[in-house]
Amino acid sequence: MKILICITHVPDTTSKIQFTDNNTKLDKNGVQFIIGPYDDYALARAVELKEQLNATLTVLNVGEAETEPTLRKALAIGADDAIRVNAFPKDSQFVAEQIAAIAKQNNYDLIMMGRESIDFNGGMVHGMVGELLGIPSISPVMKLEIEGDKVKMAREIEGGKEYLEAKLPLVAGCQEPIAEWKIPNMRGIMSARTKPLTVVEPASQNVATEVINFQLPPAKGTVKLVDKDNVAELVRLLKNEAKVL
Amino acid sequence: MSQLTKSSINGGEFLIKETDAQDIFIFEEFNEEQKMMAQACQDFVDTEIHTRIEEIDSMKHPELVPSIFKKAGELGLLGISVPEAYGGLGMSFNTSMLIADIVGAAGSFSTTYGAHTGIGTLPILYYGNEDQKSKYLPKLATGEWAACYCLTEPDAGSDANSGKTKAVLSADGKHYIINGQKMWISNAGFADLFIVFAKIDDDKNLSAFIVEKTFGGITMNEEEKKLGIKGSSTRQVFFNDCKVPVENLLSDRGNGFKIAVNILNIGRIKLGAGVLGGCRTVASHAIKYSTERKQFGVSINTFGAIKQKLAEMAIRTYACESLCYRAGQDIEDRMQALAAEGMPDAEAKLKALEQFAIEAAIAKVHGSEVLDYVVDQGVQIYGGMGYSADAPMERAYRDARISRIYEGTNEINRMLMVGMLLKRAMKGEIALFEPAMAVANELTSVPSFESIDTSELFAAEMDVIKKLKKVFLMVGGKAAMALADKIESEQEVMMNLADIMIEIYAAESAILRTQKLVSQRGEEAAAHQIAMSKVYLFEAVGKIEQSAKEAIGAFAKGDEQKVMLMGLKRFTKSEILNTKELRRQVADYMIEKGKYPFS
Repeated sequence: MKILICITHVPDTTSKIQFTDNNTKLDKNGVQFIIGPYDDYALARAVELKEQLNATLTVLNVGEAETEPTLRKALAIGADDAIRVNAFPKDSQFVAEQIAAIAKQNNYDLIMMGRESIDFNGGMVHGMVGELLGIPSISPVMKLEIEGDKVKMAREIEGGKEYLEAKLPLVAGCQEPIAEWKIPNMRGIMSARTKPLTVVEPASQNVATEVINFQLPPAKGTVKLVDKDNVAELVRLLKNEAKVL
Repeated sequence: MSQLTKSSINGGEFLIKETDAQDIFIFEEFNEEQKMMAQACQDFVDTEIHTRIEEIDSMKHPELVPSIFKKAGELGLLGISVPEAYGGLGMSFNTSMLIADIVGAAGSFSTTYGAHTGIGTLPILYYGNEDQKSKYLPKLATGEWAACYCLTEPDAGSDANSGKTKAVLSADGKHYIINGQKMWISNAGFADLFIVFAKIDDDKNLSAFIVEKTFGGITMNEEEKKLGIKGSSTRQVFFNDCKVPVENLLSDRGNGFKIAVNILNIGRIKLGAGVLGGCRTVASHAIKYSTERKQFGVSINTFGAIKQKLAEMAIRTYACESLCYRAGQDIEDRMQALAAEGMPDAEAKLKALEQFAIEAAIAKVHGSEVLDYVVDQGVQIYGGMGYSADAPMERAYRDARISRIYEGTNEINRMLMVGMLLKRAMKGEIALFEPAMAVANELTSVPSFESIDTSELFAAEMDVIKKLKKVFLMVGGKAAMALADKIESEQEVMMNLADIMIEIYAAESAILRTQKLVSQRGEEAAAHQIAMSKVYLFEAVGKIEQSAKEAIGAFAKGDEQKVMLMGLKRFTKSEILNTKELRRQVADYMIEKGKYPFS
C-alpha cells in the first residue's frame, strides 16, 4: 500500500498577516510556517494506516526551498520519504497538475490531503487531482478505514453525516476528527534528516488565475451599546450609520 | 573540531578576559532540527499541560501527572541527555538546555520534568558503573520509571552534608540497611527509583545509593501543601530498614556529597534555562492583555508606564537567554575537547560542568530573579485580574517563587560563586591577583584621558564592561586582602561581590549576543536587540555601583575608602542613555508582534 500525502506550508494560525510589494505578496517577516492544519490531520491518519497496513508514506509539497523544514517535520511525524516540487504554488490548478504528474509516475493507492489550505482556502485541489487522474475524490472526510481495496468513509454534509464506501485508488480531502494531530517524537526528528527528500521541477506551468492584489479585512469598528428601551435610537443608527436598513 | 580551535575561556575567566562575540553561541543559532525539537516540546506543553493545568494542580487525579509524564517519555523528552547506548537520544548540552527552557513554561510539570531528567537521572548517568547504567538508564530515559532525589532532611537543607540518614551493612554483607527521613522530595509520590544520600556507619561524608521502590521499607507522608507548583508531587520520605543490595551503592563510599554538589551544579544551569519558557509565556500574556484591556478609552499598552514594564520583561529575559546559552555552549565545547583528549564521556561532562560551576550558579540566580521580576510585573499589568485565580498570572506568580529556593537557595549560590572564584584564585587556577593588583595600582595613578573611538557599534559599551570588570577586581581584590579568611563570614560582602559578577556576566552576554547577531543580520534587523542590550548595561552599571559602594562601606576605611570610591566613580562612568525611548521602541515592537519576539 502506497499513500501520498500532500501538505501545504502555511502561516501559523496566530500569525499577524501583512502584505508587501503593493499588496501582492505576503510579508513573511516574523511569520512562523506550519503544516496546514487539515493536511496535518490527513498525515496523522496516514501514520495510523501505516502502522495498521504496513503502508509506505510519501509526503509532497509544491513550494520553494523554504518549505523543506515543513516537509522534514512531516518526515519526523512518520512519512518515509518526501518530494518537493520546486515552484511557488501559483494557484489550485497549478498545484493539482503537479500532484497529478507525480501520482501518475508512482501509482499511489491513496492520495490524502487537507480539505483545504488555510492560506487561500481554495478547497479545490483534491477535486482537481481526482479529475486529472480519473479517480474518485471525496471531501471533507472525517473518518477513513481501509478494508482490502475498499475504503469506508464518513463525510460531513449539511446538517449531518454521510457514510460512504469507495474502491481504491481515490483522493481524500480530510478534516478532523479523522485522527488526532501527532507531535513528532525526538527520535523521529533525528531520523528525519536521513530520510530521502527529492526535489523535482514542475511538470507543467499552467495556471487558471492570477493574483492582482490582496486586501486585509477592515479593522473592527467600535461597538455601540443602545439601551434596550431605546429602539428608536437603534433604528436610527442602523439606518443612518450602519446603512443596513 | 571547531570547538578546539576557538579561543577557550575557563570558568570565571570572563571577569579578567575579553570574549569575542564570534566565540559565543547565541540562541538564534539553533539549527532546524533543534528548532523542530523545541517546537514539538512546545506543542506537548500546549496540548498536554496548558489545556488542563487546573486539573494538574488540583492533584485530584493521582494518575494524571504520571500519564503526562509517560507521554513525555514516549516523545523522547525524558532521554535528551541520556546516550543512545542507554536508550536515550544523546543530544548536546545546549539541546537539553533548550528543552528545559521550553518545558519551563509548563508550570508545576517543569519541576516534575526537571527532578526526573536532572537530579533523578544524572547521578546514575555520571556516577553509575556499567551495570547500574545499563540496568536503570533505559527505564528512566523512556519514562517507564520515574526517579526522585532524596538529599534534603528536616535538619539538613543548605547544609546537606549534615544529614542523619544512616546506612549500615547487613550481617551477611549483602545489603545496606537504610534508616532515615527525607523531605521536600519532588516526584516522590509516583517515583519508582530513589537516589538516596546517607552516611555509612559514622562516616563524615555522605554516600549515594540507588534505591528501587520495591526494595521495601519506604513510606511517605501525604503530599505537601505548597504555595506554588501544586501539581508536582512533593513528599516526605521515610526509610525504615530499607534493604539496598551492596551493588546499588553509587560511586565510592563517602562520595555522596561530591555527587550531590556536582549534580546540583547541572541542575542550576538547567534551572537558569528552565525559567525562560515561563518568562516568554508571561511576557506574551502581558502583551495580549495590555492590548485588550482598555482604560480611559485606549489600550493600556499605549501608556508609557505599561510599555516600560513590557520592555523591561523582555530586556531581562533576553539577557538571561544570552548568558544561559553562552555558558551552555562553553560547557559543551569543554566536554568535546576533553573527550577528544581521550577522557571518558561521563568524566568529561563532569569536568566541564565543574569548570563552569560559577556560570551555572550565575544562571540559576539571575534566571530565578528575572522570572520573579517578570511574573511580578505580569501581575501588575493585569491589575486586579492579576490577583485573580481566573487569570494566568496568579499561578505564574506562585509557581515562580520556588526557583529562588531550590537547587541551592540564591543566597547559597551567591556565596558559592564568590567562594569558588576565590578558591580557584588561591590555587592559581585563575589569574585573578595580577589583574587585581594592576587595578589597585591604577587607582593611585593618573587616570588615562585616552578616549575611545565610539563610532563602531558597542565600542563604548565594551569599554564600560571592561571598566565594570575593574570594579569587581578592585572591590574583590581589596575585600580578599582586608577580610582574608574572614571573608566567608562576611556574607553581605560576598553577596555584593556576587551581584557584581552576575551583572557583568549578564550584560556582557547580552551585548556579545547582539554583536554576533548584527554580524549575521545587520544593524537594522537587530535594532531592538541593540536597544535592549544598551538598556540592560545601563541598568547593570547602576546596580554594580550600588553593590560596590555597599561592599566598600563594609570593609574599607579612611583614605583607602576614598581612593576606592574615586576609582568606582571612574570605573562606572558611562554615557547618559534615553532609556525611556529605547524601552518604548522595544515595547512597541513586542506589541506589534503580539508576543515575546526575540527568540
